[in-house]
This record gives sequence, C-alpha cells and structure tokens, in this order.
Amino acid sequence: MTTATTFPARAAGHWSFLVGGALTLALLIAAGVSLLWTPVSPYVIDVPNKLQLPSAQHWLGTDALGHDVFSMLLVGAQNSILVGVIAVSIGFSIGTALGALAAARGGWLEEAVMRLSDFAFAFPAILTAIMLTALLGPGIVNSILAIGIFNIPIFARVTRGSAKAVWARDFVLAARAVGRDRFGITVTHVLPNVLSILIVQATIQFASAILWEAALSYLGLGTQPPQPSWGRMLNDAQAQLFQAPWLAIPPGLAIMLAVLGLNLLGDGLRDLLDPRLARRR
Amino acid sequence: MSKKAHVIAAALVFALLPAAAKAAKDTLVLGMALEPPGLDPTTGAAAAIGEVTQYNVYEGLTKIEEDGKVTPLLAQSWTVSPDQKTYTFKLQPGVKFQNGEPFTSADVKFTFERDAAADSTNKEKASVFAKIARIDTPDPLTVVLTLKEVNANLLFNLGEDTGAILEPKSAATDATHPVGTGPFAFADWVKGSSITLTKWPGYRAADKIKLDKVTFRFINDPAAQVAAVLAGDVDGFPRFGALDSLKQLQSDPRFTVAIGSTEGKTIVAINNKRKPFDDVRVRRALAYAIDRKAVIAGASNGLGVPIGSHYTPNDPGYIDLTGLYPYDPAKAKALLREAGVKTPLDVTLKLPPPPYARQGGQIVAAELAQVGINAKIENIEWAQWLDGVYKHKNYDLTIVSHVEPRDLAIYADPDFYYQYDSPKFRALMEAVNTAPDEAARLKALAAAQRQLAEDAVNVFLYVLPQVSVAKAELHGLWHNSPIFANDLSAVYWQ
Amino acid sequence: MSAFLLKRFASFLATLACASLVIFLVLEVLPGNAAEVILGPEAPPETVAALAKKLGVDRPPLARYLGWVEGMAEGDFGTSYAYGTPAAALIDQSLALTIPLALIAMALNTALGLALGIFAAARHNRFGDVAVMALSQIGIAIPSFWFAILLILLFAVGLGWLPAGGFPGWSAGLWPGLRALILPAVSLAIVQSAILARVTRSAVLDVLREDFVRTARAKGLSEGQALRRHVLRNALIPIVTIMGLQFSNLLVLTIVVENVFYLPGLGRLILNSIANRDVVVVRDVVMLLAAMVVAVNFVVDLLYAAIDPRLKLRDL
Repeated sequence: MTTATTFPARAAGHWSFLVGGALTLALLIAAGVSLLWTPVSPYVIDVPNKLQLPSAQHWLGTDALGHDVFSMLLVGAQNSILVGVIAVSIGFSIGTALGALAAARGGWLEEAVMRLSDFAFAFPAILTAIMLTALLGPGIVNSILAIGIFNIPIFARVTRGSAKAVWARDFVLAARAVGRDRFGITVTHVLPNVLSILIVQATIQFASAILWEAALSYLGLGTQPPQPSWGRMLNDAQAQLFQAPWLAIPPGLAIMLAVLGLNLLGDGLRDLLDPRLARRR
Repeated sequence: MSKKAHVIAAALVFALLPAAAKAAKDTLVLGMALEPPGLDPTTGAAAAIGEVTQYNVYEGLTKIEEDGKVTPLLAQSWTVSPDQKTYTFKLQPGVKFQNGEPFTSADVKFTFERDAAADSTNKEKASVFAKIARIDTPDPLTVVLTLKEVNANLLFNLGEDTGAILEPKSAATDATHPVGTGPFAFADWVKGSSITLTKWPGYRAADKIKLDKVTFRFINDPAAQVAAVLAGDVDGFPRFGALDSLKQLQSDPRFTVAIGSTEGKTIVAINNKRKPFDDVRVRRALAYAIDRKAVIAGASNGLGVPIGSHYTPNDPGYIDLTGLYPYDPAKAKALLREAGVKTPLDVTLKLPPPPYARQGGQIVAAELAQVGINAKIENIEWAQWLDGVYKHKNYDLTIVSHVEPRDLAIYADPDFYYQYDSPKFRALMEAVNTAPDEAARLKALAAAQRQLAEDAVNVFLYVLPQVSVAKAELHGLWHNSPIFANDLSAVYWQ
Repeated sequence: MSAFLLKRFASFLATLACASLVIFLVLEVLPGNAAEVILGPEAPPETVAALAKKLGVDRPPLARYLGWVEGMAEGDFGTSYAYGTPAAALIDQSLALTIPLALIAMALNTALGLALGIFAAARHNRFGDVAVMALSQIGIAIPSFWFAILLILLFAVGLGWLPAGGFPGWSAGLWPGLRALILPAVSLAIVQSAILARVTRSAVLDVLREDFVRTARAKGLSEGQALRRHVLRNALIPIVTIMGLQFSNLLVLTIVVENVFYLPGLGRLILNSIANRDVVVVRDVVMLLAAMVVAVNFVVDLLYAAIDPRLKLRDL
C-alpha cells in the first residue's frame, strides 16, 4: 500500500496501471508506426517465398502467400484500434446519453430505457454480425455495427447506475431546490462525477471490442482481404497448421497482449481515479 | 421427449454397443467437398450429384473410363451411320432397375425425351438432347437416335451424369430417392452431413462389387479435410482440397497421395460487355498482367498445368496457346494506355468459396495492382455467385473453374455470363460440328481455341488438378477425372 | 411478489416478441429469391414462381411473420429452403452436438472456476492468491479460439492424442464422440473459469469479512469448517448469477469454437445456412439463440430476486 497522495505518484506505484499502460502504449505505437512505415508492405504477395521461418528480411516469417507477418501484425493493429474506437464510441455516446436521461427523468422513461437495454442484451455481437452479414455481405462495417450496438446497453446501465447515485447527493438536491433544470444539473454535476467510471468502462469495452473484432474476422464476417486483421490471420494460420504451425502464434499473442493491456489499464484506472471504488488487490 | 433427453438416451444406447466398428473391409467412407443439392443429375446442375450417383446408382448408355475413353455400359454395342446422324444402340439384356422394373429401350426413350422437353433443366439440353430429332425403339433392346445435326461428342456425352437413364415410375422422386440400374442403391441422406449407398444384390454383376456400404461425407473446409484424413474419419478423399498440406500426407506411410488431372479450366472470367472490358486490348492487358505460374504456385501449391484457352491437354485436338500472352506487366500497362484507360482503374473481383478462387484471387489482385488496376476483392458464397454473376451477369471479374468436359460451345452463346458475342467464333464451332472427318475436326477445334485466345475472352489460367488422398490399403479410386464421378465398382480394400 | 413475477414474465415475453420482429425484419430484406437459388439459374420463370408459391415466399410479409411465430409455438420451424426437410430436424441434429458441448464446458468451468476462486480466497494476499489473479487476468485476455488452436497444436499436431477437428457422430460410439469434444470444451471452459474464479474469490472474500463468520471462528470452528458451513452458502448468490450469464455466453461462444474444430453444431448450421440463403434456418437459429440468452437472463433475474428480496425492488 502506498502513502502517496497525488495521482502521478500513486500511478507510478500501481503495477496494474503501469503494465497495462505499457502494453496499451505498445499497441498504439505499433499502429501509429505502421501508418508511416512497415518493413515490407503487407499487401505484397511473394509466393516463391511463402511459409518462411523468421529471418533478417522477414522478422516473423511469411504466410501462405508470402505476406510479411510482422508487417501484417502492425497494420492489423490499425484495424483493431479502428473498430474498437468507433464501436466503443457508438456505444459510449448513445449509451451514456440514454443512461443519463434515464437517471435524470426516472419514471416510465427510465423503465423504457432499461427494457430496451434488456432487449439489446439478447443480441450478442455475434448474432448481430451474423444477421448483418446475411443482409449486407461480410465487411468491417458489420464488426463495427455489431459491437457498437452491443455496447449501447452496457454504457446505458453503467451511466444510469452511477448517475442515480449522484442525483441522490446533497449538492445536487440543493441545486434542485434552487431551481436548476435537470439538463443543466446533468451537464454540470452528474456527468463530471460519473466520468471516471465511464472512462474505466470504455477502456474495458475497448478490450472486449478487440476480442470480438478478432472473433468476427476469424469467422470471415468482418474485415476482408487484403486488409490485414489479426483474426483473419489466425484463420489463415489454421489452414497451415500442419506444415507451418508457428504462424498461429503471432496474431493470437497480439490479440491477447492488447486485450490484457487494456484490461489491466482499466483495472488500474478504476483504482486510481476513484479510490472509494477500489477493490481489495 | 426434450431434445436433451433424446441426446442422453442416444448416448446411453450407443455406449452399450461395442466400440465404433473398425473400418470393415467392405465399408468405405469417402470425403467430398460440396454437398449435392439433389440427386437427379438430369435436372440439377451441380457436379457433386454425379460424384455420388454416376456409375454407382445410375448408369448411362456408355461409360467414360478414367482415361477418357468411351466404353459400353447399358448399350452393349452401337453403330453409327456414315453421315454421323444416326446411332443404333443394342442394349444390354437382363438389366433391372433398383425398384424391380426391367430396363428396356422404352426407358431410354422416356429419359431422353424428358431431358429434351421444354421444361427440362438438364445441363446438356441445348448441346445434346435438343439435337435429337427422333428416337425409335424397334424392339425392347434396340434404340435408334436420329440427330438434327452432327454431334461428334455424342457417345462421350451419353456417358456423363446428364445422360443417366431413369425409369418413369421413379423419375419424379429421383432427386430425393434416386433409382437407377447401378450396383449401389440409395440408403440414407443426412442433410448437411452424409449420403449412404448400399450394395444392391440385384445388380447384373453383383458378385464383382467388393464394397457393401459407402458413405459420402461432406467436408467443405480444406483444413477440416486434413483433420478428417489424419483422424481416420474418412478412408479416402478423391478430390482433396488442402493442396498446401500434401507434403505432410505424402511422407506419411499410412496414406497414398495421387496427383492427376481433371477437365477443370480455371479462369479469370471477364464480363465482355462491361466497359472497359469490351475493348480487346484491355482484356489482353489483363492476360499479360497475370502470371500463371505465380497463381499456380500460390493457389494450387504448384500443381496444375497452364492453359492458354478453354481446352485441356487431355482433350483431342489441344493446341498450346500459353505462349500467346506471356507474363509482361510493362506490355500490359502499354496496352491499357493505348486503349485510353485511366489508371488507377477500379474494378470488382468476385470470388466464390474454393481455395483456387480465394487464394488465387489475392494473387491476381496483387498482380493487377502492379499495372494500375485496383481489383476490389468480394468474397461471396456459391448462392450469390450463381445469382449475381452467373445469372444476372453483375460482375467485372471473377475466378471460377469450369469442369464440364470439352465445353467450347458455351462461347458460342452470347447470353452465357461471359457475354462474348462473336459471329466468327460461331462459324468456327459450326465447322467443328460439320467437319467431314476427324482430321478436319481437329483442325477446326484448333482454330476455335486460337480464336478464343486471340480475343482474350477470359484469362485462361490452369487445369484444375485432382489430388486424391486415401488410406494405403484402399485401391481403385480414380486419379483423373474426365468427368466428376467416383466409380465405386472398381474400389476395394487390400 | 406475484405482481413482480408477472411483470418480469410479461417483460420476458415482450423481449422475445420484439426480438422475433427484429430478426424477421432484418432477414426479410435478404436479397436474392430463395426459390431461384434452389432451382439454379437455368430454371424457367414459371418453375421458379411455382416453387416460390410452394415455399410460401410469395405471401405478404405480415402473413409470413405470423405464420412463422404461430409455427414456432407449435414446434413447427418451417421447411429448410436448401434441403427441403423440416428445419426442426436440422436444428435438432445440431443441438445434439452443441448442447452436450456447452454442458461439458460448463461443468469444467464450474469445477475449475470454483476451485481456483476458493483457493485464492483462502490464500488471500499470499502467493497462491496472486498467482490465481495473474493467471485469471491472462485467461480473460486469451481469445478462446486462439487457445483452441494452441490446444490443437499441442494435442493433435504435436502429440497426436486427440483429433484436430471433426465429429464422427454419436453413432460411432459414445467415447469417440466425447473424444472429439474434449479440446473444444476445454478451450471454452478456460476463459470462462478465469472469470468465475475472480467472481468466486470476491464473493468468498466479501462473505469472509461478515460478522457471522468471525463468530463462527470465535466459536472454535477451523478455517475449513467455517468456509464450508457458512461462507459457501452465502457466497453462492453472486456466483450462481454469474454462472447463469456464463451459460448463455457459452452458447454464443460455441459458434466460434465449433468453427475451429469443424463441428457440425448450431454454429456451422447457421453459417452454412447464410451461405445457402436458407432464410428459414437462419431465422430459426438466430431466434433460438436469442431466446436462450433471454431465457437464461430472465431465470437469473428471478433467482437473484427470489434469493435476495431487497434487490427485487431495485433494478440492476
């Protein structure tokens, strides 16, 4: 247990935050670097050099069509982040708005929002993605929409739960007594107080989004070739499982480290941003 | 009973039975990539139908052997008139259908008339059955076919699955419960999983059939095929799809791997009516831009013979046109400039499920990108391909393999999905059909192949190889596929 | 209490109804005439129209929706477009694999998750606890389909002890069938057990701090006895809740894992049906899965409220 009181001081001593932060940073750097440079273009096909072991030219070897695995990994990070950010943003914006509304208004509106979120929980990301694929054909949009839609009820519930607690607090009751309207109170008092919880949730949802994006791409429902995606890399690797088993390691490891990093970061943020909510470590 | 109770009950019952029957020496499990949608080859178009039924459940007048030669089957012998328009078949006596009905010339007449009828959906209606002017049956064992025009391939066509002889009482239900004159009777079809045939004791040469029960298992995914072979879930896989995994199987003494040939012409099909592909220079540019060797190496693990036109080296009169458009990206770019095409040119490349399309497609797209053509890959399912590409011609480029043997005639049809409309080519096909002798016919065939290559109607890639994997003790499976069939009468365990 | 029950049940039915509407609406717009797809492109228009009529594809949408819902209530799930056989038979067949798989995975998950969770709680803040927490963090982050592939690499490719995929069918015997389900079940169970371990640990630690446990210890019961007699029973509430949610999650995750092992279960049925434009089967399976998820959530809500009356009035 640390006795430091300032955020940076506490953060420095909190291993979950540090490790998570480092991994997340690595993920962002990988994606960022790949925007400008990759050792080899991941779109280049080089069949004569297919299924090679790691070498000086190909740091992680090549796949069945001669793509450079390391470059595909870097650009795949872009894909994961893109889907994650957009999907979570969809869930965050719509879900938070609904949850804040439900907490502010109460009554039948709150009932309606809760029932709606119950209903949305019946459609896990995979089912929605399957339906979208049946309708539109496979593609990255399916992943984004499916994961985004499933995130809405999650943010709605978290926001509502925390917002209700804030609404019951003294200074809010005072504001009401003075005559402030609900919208004003929401914006000036409620949202800033639930922000930290939402940030934590968003981080966790980002991790989950990366996981589901990989699953959908693995099934062929998400990002399409030639755009690299970690999930599809795993599927391709499975086709070569008997002659090039090492191909299955890099994409899976990437997914796991990205998800782990974000989960740890989220846990760390939860402890640091709101010590009252800190669980026993 | 609830579903769960069903499962538990079934599990208990089978737990009491002795452990899974080891592959007895007279049962066989064969793997197949695609499940047939029905089991009547005279109404359905899928090659998978013949894979299950041809020469096993049904028989035709003639039989096509593994090397492509035509031999007698239900027709014991035949004579052809000098003008090649009248064929007289003497039928095999003492043949019965699996439902007990005797086989006579009336059944041949019934089948062929049904195949040629206005509402027939037989794949070869236009090219074979509609060309029959008259069918005479002077006696129960003789059939005389009089043709409207010469069809030099008639005897071959009659041995294909579209020429299977059906029996009037069962014809309407053949799609779900096939009845033929062959050595195996239909036993069971577990949709989505397997079809089982059992030996029919009433077959005229039943004592020569060594297998008692054959089950066809549908395994679509190439990696799943590898898993099934290694686990022993299938005894053989006549058309194995995981070409990348062969080394593993070749070095395993439990299995034999045989590499042969099919009639499959793997092509990049071009929509000839769509701009800018209506300009022959643009189509030729595509041919120069694509390196056949790279596609064969990447999509087919190096197996596959390059072709330059819609004809395979196994077919009579084949000429090698692969040298017409060697791999030359610079020339491709020049041709595109000459044709006034603005690069980058955006087109779509629709890819059905098979690996030759999905993997080959990625290679083709990468090569086209080198000459300024952005081919956007769209991975689609067969249902969408049949609907969008084949029927509604809604595509720019697609990759597919045509396995019908000797099917140059499709290019004479301007409505076929390539939308190639060439009076010159039609005249050449006429010449083929009306050729007075074999030499003239071969010459005409050569000219037809050359015309297709010069017009660069499609980019002709390679002949689809047949890779057959089987347990070492299994013998008799075909290693070449002049037609997509599995002649089980020749298969046995050692 | 019964007013609450009625309200929740009505809400459950409403959710199911809305789900069916959404599914029907989304898949109704499915491009491509199913009759055309079955007959093939060469079929003349009259034949296509005749089949469309026979399949009922030509009726107006509302009539079809009502027909579907009515049929489901009676157990008739319609006829598969692709196979021409009753969809119920196809679904039954695939459930014969998916349900046992989910149950085995759930059993493994329960055993492993509870054991690790209790172990960690008992070794609170000591090495055992830290180890379990670290491992569970990793377990939660591992994609189950990747873990499945790694298991295949080790046990099928490397050691050759278990099949790399496929399912011989229950007709091949109970053991061969189970053998094919071992790796899939384990890969599903590992991730879930990581979650369950953490929840179990929290729940147990929460209860351990309660007064009555201190009293039990003061009375002279050993740690183990206290654990067994008092802690578990009270910790069970959040644990059972999570397990319920996990089961519905598992059903959905089996779609992915079935793909890894090429198992002919619900997952492959639905993905194949999409490829075949078999709207009937896709509709039915999506509805089935959604209904199972909703049903499990509903049961969990009931259980939770029944056990803890304080919570019945608050919504979660």
